[in-house]
Formats: sequence, structure tokens, C-alpha cells
Amino acid sequence: MASVFSPPGFDFSNQLRNNFMAQKGLPLPKATSTGTTIVGCLFDGGIVLGADTRATEGPIVADKNCEKIHYITESIRCCGAGTAADTEFTTALISSNMELHGLTTGRKPRVVTAMTMLKQMLFRYQGQVGAALVLGGVDSTGPHLFTIAPHGSTDKLPYVTMGSGSLAAMAVFESGWKANMSREAALQLVKDAIAAGIFNDLGSGSNIDACIITASHTEMLRNVEMPNQRVEKERQYGFRRGTTAWKTENVRSLIVNEEITLLGGGDEMDTT
Amino acid sequence: MQHVAVPHAQPQQRQFNPYSENGGTILAIAGANFSVIAGDTRQSEGYSIQTRYAPKVFRLTDKAVLATNGFAADGNMFVKKVRQRLEWYRHAHAKDMPLRAIARLIQTMLYARRFFPYYVYNILGGIEEDGSGAVYSFDPVGSYEREACRAAGAASSLVQPFLDNQIYFKNQTPAPGTTHPAHLPLSHVLSLVIDSFTSATERHIEVGDGLEIYVVLAKGSALQGLDAIQGLSELTTTDDGERMFVIRRNLKRD
Repeated sequence: MASVFSPPGFDFSNQLRNNFMAQKGLPLPKATSTGTTIVGCLFDGGIVLGADTRATEGPIVADKNCEKIHYITESIRCCGAGTAADTEFTTALISSNMELHGLTTGRKPRVVTAMTMLKQMLFRYQGQVGAALVLGGVDSTGPHLFTIAPHGSTDKLPYVTMGSGSLAAMAVFESGWKANMSREAALQLVKDAIAAGIFNDLGSGSNIDACIITASHTEMLRNVEMPNQRVEKERQYGFRRGTTAWKTENVRSLIVNEEITLLGGGDEMDTT
Repeated sequence: MQHVAVPHAQPQQRQFNPYSENGGTILAIAGANFSVIAGDTRQSEGYSIQTRYAPKVFRLTDKAVLATNGFAADGNMFVKKVRQRLEWYRHAHAKDMPLRAIARLIQTMLYARRFFPYYVYNILGGIEEDGSGAVYSFDPVGSYEREACRAAGAASSLVQPFLDNQIYFKNQTPAPGTTHPAHLPLSHVLSLVIDSFTSATERHIEVGDGLEIYVVLAKGSALQGLDAIQGLSELTTTDDGERMFVIRRNLKRD
């Protein structure tokens, strides 16, 4: 078996079979998607990133409080929308390569570097890696904000949105964004944009995460707003002991054979 | 683009899909002398909310309530047509149609459209002529059944198993020397309905915004703690028949 050549990276050998099975009415299991609202906003001294926290599988909420702002480097972060696994693995891989890049060059890696690595990887996979990203950070050349679409195209803009709630969020940006905003004003605008996604897009929901990146400091604001707390239930749903029926009962001792050998004589530790 | 006639033109098929799916969930539970019929008020298409308040539960007579779920346009039209038939019945017989007769009427109206169906799941709740609470559930082409409880719509697969466990006591063995009750009291049923909808709102993206719970009380039965419920208003029209109430609550809007 060791003589069989296996190329590095993804294995596509089942694609033909899977396409055939899908045609015959046996589609692939649906991946968890972060049907999402993610945004980024440039301000006076840095970048604010924002995300909701709902993950969905079709119409079902898979995770009510997931994290969509991923770590790339200390001063670069990346919001992910699309297939949850793809956004997590892609950002983790690029984060790892960025760390190595920083070590080999002896400099703080730049945002364009992360953007280029991400777009080249996504382009190589021709959109099969379903990651739609908002990349933001501050480096030696100043603050930068990008979007990266699943096929690898990129945009560099002062305010960006992505995911199923991108239209709702962009509506807020288009009406409220100004050049050279203060940190507080930018954070408030990002929170409003995410809230617009949460309340008007069914793919987005639950809480607001934000991340403020400046040249000297990165502040991750996990669950800055929690506007969707569940109300208390009307009843308690505990079950009486013995509720579940059983057919047979078998109690087995896990100790098959036990032998105690005392060590030493009379000088055991005093445990009184 | 200019259409060019090809020498060996293939037959072309055009398609128009008149149906859509508007989300939401409905639910009904029958008690010994009452019936509870509830639905959320969100209407959606895809990932968009069309409106946060579109009722899915409708009063038909003093003792009958109909909840519809599926394609909202068909649901509204169907309710309109059922109400028209009930009005004709009143004019012909000078009384309201009994619940079991409304159920059979709905069956024939649905099956009449067997090959172009109303794309709706219906649940009819109310009080029978013998004073018992009743729930009838229908499929889109008219198959129906009288039951103690039923959930339908987007989150039916989340709510129905909960109801099976809490109403029919499925997978619960009773404590030694006891049996499960056949009917639950009204306050208990209302709390199960509210919890069903708040839970469905948590885990289904198409459920939320508002909750409307209709309660029909059999002739001469006590309020059974209903007056203590917040958000209650009475819809009763006569003072010697069944009493009808509606409870309106907010659900999460995300």
C-alpha cells in the first residue's frame, strides 16, 4: 500500500462517484453554514470588525453563539461567512503561515500578505472552498480592510459587508458612514449594521461580536451586545427517576480480581 | 437576444411555479372542555421577513377556530372560502355549523382541488356539540383525523415530538400505581404552548416575532385561571354559548 502515490492537500477521488449519487437522488449531507452578517469599518486610527453569532444548517439554528471573528495575527483578524468548516480551516491555515512568515522575515506581516495568501488559496480551489471573508488589520503601512469572495476576488474599501445579511448591514453603512470617524462612532455603526442583519435577515441572529484593531492594541469584544436573550420557560421539564422503561437489568462488577499488598510495615503516611 | 428558428427545433417547455413557502408554525391542543389553537405571526420567504404580523389563526364561528400554514396566499384564500360556505350555511339553517361538519366541509373543499391543491396544512380547533374540546388536522389534499394535539408547519418536526412526550406521555412510564391523565388542565396546556413556541423560535429561523393563542371554552365552563394570563382579550359574541379568548405575546425577532 505504501507504493500508492497520494498527492498532498484535498482528495478529490470521490467527486465523480458523489456527483453520480447526487444525480441519482442521494445528495451530500449539508454542511453547517454561517448564513451570516459580517462587516468591517475603517475609522480614524484603525479597523472595527463585526459579526453576528448564529450558525445554521438549512432552516435550523445549529449554534446560537458561535465565533466568526478569527485570529490571523495579533493585529490582523478575519470574519468568515459561508461554509463554517471552510472559514475555520482556511483562516487557521493562513494564520499559521502568517506566523511562519513573520518568523522568517523578522517583521510584522502585513494585511496585504494575508489577503494575497487567502485569495490565492481560494482561487486555487475554484470556489469549492466556500469561504467569504472580511479581512481587516493594521500594519506598518496603516489600517487596511478587504473582502475576499469564495472564488478569490478581492475588494479594498473603507466599509464592507458580507454574508446573507450583507444588504441589511450595507444599508446602515451607506446611510451612516463618514470618513475619519472616531473609534466610538465606528463601533456604534458596526453594532448597528450587525443588528440590522440580526433582525432583518433570517440567516443571522443572536449576539454581536466586535473587534477593534489599532496600531498599538487589538480589543476583541465578544458578545458586546446580547439583544436576543431567551425568556424564562413557563415549566420545569425534569423527569421522575424511573421514567425510562427498560427490558433487562444487568449489574456487573468492574473489579474482576483485587489483591491488596501492603508496602512497608507500620510507617504509612499519617492521614488522620 | 434574437430568437433564431433552428432547422430541427426541439420542443421547449416553459415553467411557472405558482407556489411558495412562507414559514411559521401552528399548533393545537384539545382539553376536556376547551381547545387551544396557536400560531406565530412571522411571514417569510427565503431569508427575508415579509411581515412580522400576519395572522395564521382565524376565528370561524363562536366555537370554531382554523389555523393555516404553508403558502400564505392559499391559506388566506382558503379561509375566505370556508367562511363564505359557513355564512351560506347560517342563511340556510339559521345556526352555526357544528365543528365535525366544518371538518368534513374542509375535507371536501381540499379534495376538490386534488390536482391543483391549496398548499396549506390546516388545523381546526373548537368545541364539539357534546361540549368536548376537539382538534382536527388536515393534509393539503383533505386527509383528516380528530386528535388531542397536532403541530404543523416549519417547526412541526421540532414541536410534535415534544407534544407526543408531554401530552401523550410517550416514552414516559408512569410512577408505580399511577396512570397518566387523559386530558391536561388549561393552565398546563397554555404553558406547554408558550414553551413550544419560545423553543421553536430558538432553533428555527422561520419562527418568531409574535404569538397568537386562541382559547375556546365550552358552554358554561369556568375560566380555569385564564383571567390571570397576561395579554388576554375576549372575543365572545354571545353570553350563553362558548367563550373565546385570544392571548397575544411577543416572540424573539432575530
